[in-house]
Amino acid sequence: MACSTFLKLNAPSSSWISGHHSVNLSPGSAARFPTRRLSVIRAGSYTDELIKTAKSIASPGRGILAIDESNATCGKRLASIGLDNTETNRQAYRQLLLTTPGLGEYISGSILFEETLYQSTTDGKTFVDCLRDENIVPGIKVDKGLVPLPGSNDESWCQGLDGLASRSAEYYKQGARFAKWRTVVSIPCGPSALAVKEAAWGLARYAAISQDNGLVPIVEPEILLDGDHPIERTLEVAEKVWAEVFYYLAENNVTFEGILLKPSMVTPGAEHKEKASPDTIANYTLTMLRRRVPPAVPGIMFLSGGQSEVEATLNLNAMNQSPNPWHVSFSYARALQNTVLKKWQGRPENVQAAQIALLVRAKANSLANLGKYSAEGESEEAKKGMFVKGYTY
Amino acid sequence: MACSSVVKLNAASSSWTAGQKSVVNQRPGSASRFPARRVSVVRAGSYTDELIKTAKSIASPGRGILAIDESNATCGKRLDSIGLDNTETNRQAYRQLLLTTPGLGEYISGAILFEETLYQSTTDGKKFVDCLSDQNIVPGIKVDKGLVPLPGSNNESWCQGLDGLASRSAEYYKQGARFAKWRTVVSIPCGPSALAVKEAAWGLARYAAISQDNGLVPIVEPEILLDGDHPIERTLEVAERVWSEVFYYLAENNVVFEGILLKPSMVTPGAEHKEKASPDTVANYTLTMLRRRVPPAVPGIMFLSGGQSEAEATLNLNAMNQTPNPWHVSFSYARALQNTVLKTWQGRPENIDAAQQSLLIRAKANSLAQLGKYSAQGESDEAKKGMFVKGYTY
Repeated sequence: MACSTFLKLNAPSSSWISGHHSVNLSPGSAARFPTRRLSVIRAGSYTDELIKTAKSIASPGRGILAIDESNATCGKRLASIGLDNTETNRQAYRQLLLTTPGLGEYISGSILFEETLYQSTTDGKTFVDCLRDENIVPGIKVDKGLVPLPGSNDESWCQGLDGLASRSAEYYKQGARFAKWRTVVSIPCGPSALAVKEAAWGLARYAAISQDNGLVPIVEPEILLDGDHPIERTLEVAEKVWAEVFYYLAENNVTFEGILLKPSMVTPGAEHKEKASPDTIANYTLTMLRRRVPPAVPGIMFLSGGQSEVEATLNLNAMNQSPNPWHVSFSYARALQNTVLKKWQGRPENVQAAQIALLVRAKANSLANLGKYSAEGESEEAKKGMFVKGYTY
Repeated sequence: MACSSVVKLNAASSSWTAGQKSVVNQRPGSASRFPARRVSVVRAGSYTDELIKTAKSIASPGRGILAIDESNATCGKRLDSIGLDNTETNRQAYRQLLLTTPGLGEYISGAILFEETLYQSTTDGKKFVDCLSDQNIVPGIKVDKGLVPLPGSNNESWCQGLDGLASRSAEYYKQGARFAKWRTVVSIPCGPSALAVKEAAWGLARYAAISQDNGLVPIVEPEILLDGDHPIERTLEVAERVWSEVFYYLAENNVVFEGILLKPSMVTPGAEHKEKASPDTVANYTLTMLRRRVPPAVPGIMFLSGGQSEAEATLNLNAMNQTPNPWHVSFSYARALQNTVLKTWQGRPENIDAAQQSLLIRAKANSLAQLGKYSAQGESDEAKKGMFVKGYTY
């Protein structure tokens, strides 16, 4: 019985698109490829594991907890509840999150900042082990942030390719199994063709290097919420961006079965006069995905980007009312952490309540991935929008 | 309840990827014109809803395309193989046999015609276009102007036909055509060169945009020729490269993906490769390629048979439909539907019934294959004969 499993493929190169360099086929090699099970050959040897990891993260009823805020950004979170930005406080906060009992029922992966990947609980258990014990795949932010893009219209580009290979190999040794790289596209600034091309090319290069070093790349070109544009304009830009991204991913011989996407949902700009309902957002977003994402990609894990906790959940739920060809889920930071922080206030006696708040949000989004979420009973805090104009990490 | 219906989109252009020129139809309060449940596409042309409807109709379960768009010269080869002269009368008689087959519409959703045929009628005076419409078969039309050598390449070809395509397409639409077809080729023994792939993909994308602009659903056909001794892995590699390029340019040309159909070659070893691949292997490789390259917005993938025998073409299609796919996976066969028909007809009126029956047999077999329910028991020997011709040209 035929099924759509993946395939041994040698990476081509050169202007002839020829296979001459790369054809490792020895006589009789066709016999090495039994009809039932095929796998992919690339320059690296991690392909089977990458595919398995991606599938595990994209498992039904689960999504990603993103806690990869840089130290500076984490400082903002801590400051919002009156805490100083010290390593101890950052460690305490991440410990609260990562030792939440039963988290693995709703969370399949967790993106960490480098500091956190090497940290442990106050009892001396590595955070990586805490995650593994809950069947949560540890991930790592690998980009080096946004800087101005010369020749553009005040736009940014994402750095991080230098030394990425060795950095990734080290993270793999430490236990990370997926990576994340966030670049941005600004609609008020154009976006320029240059900015889109640079964003897409950077993502494709990063993805190839990640896979080469055993890390499933999460591909995140965030189309910022800033602007007063209508939802149709967002769709237009999103389609352009993702067309470019997939073209370069293919050119870089990235294995599509071993990546995950982290798109922004297709919504109107934050300053647009009308808000869109979850059904409208779902319609536009699914249309975009159906036009741009081949089914080989196992999972699409949305960013929340300034939406309130409840909005982010409602929108995800609306997208899962009928079956999709890929897992459609969440990779939320603020939309999972907001209420948690407020409950914790930095006090040890509040840790349990804060952890429960995390489970409440994680479970809500788990239900949303299954298309079974209802907003009844949500708290006021959960409904508060978190858009910050010109927000930077 | 959210569903993935299509969305109003203004065609973008310019190096700023700017919407300024194209978000022209937005008036204050226009967002309320877009109710949450149903969103449609706005493009420079006004046929979008119809295109999407037509594409869905062609990509309907249990049905596929009968390709009879052979040029007069190629049709001549078919007639010659059964001892008939290449006259308009004979071509008309042959196409009449095919297009008046009773019950054809149960298995066939579209028929690709050559220009001459689009304007022909039965001997009783009924237009072929009407014969088809009566059977709920969408008439289609070949619009390319054939392959010619590509300068600067490695003896490769490119497909002509963009000049005057817009007005040609508009005329075909008036005559009743509702989809178009353009076949370009890629040769693995010749490289393929990056140039040939780019030209093939760009030509297809330009043709697709012009077609939609004039009300015709474009069938997108970059045939990766069977010629060569390469293994199946090499075919996969080339197919992935070709389709990546094709989709990139389709997007750049603002083609509405919900209103196109694809006509790929299956991923198989080259014809002269020492080992043949089983239907399961062909299905595995082909589905892998499709899953890596074809967004689910595309409603249908209608495979070409390209020299496979009638039975092979059916078996391979059947193997691809053993589990649900995100798009309709079906057939657009010429030789693999017509071979036995011709041999049964032999140009004799008394054989017409039998010939039409053999067309129905093949059409039904492929219909079952589309549903994943085909069994090869009882197939004739004629159906199993391979039809690969080295260096085959239309």
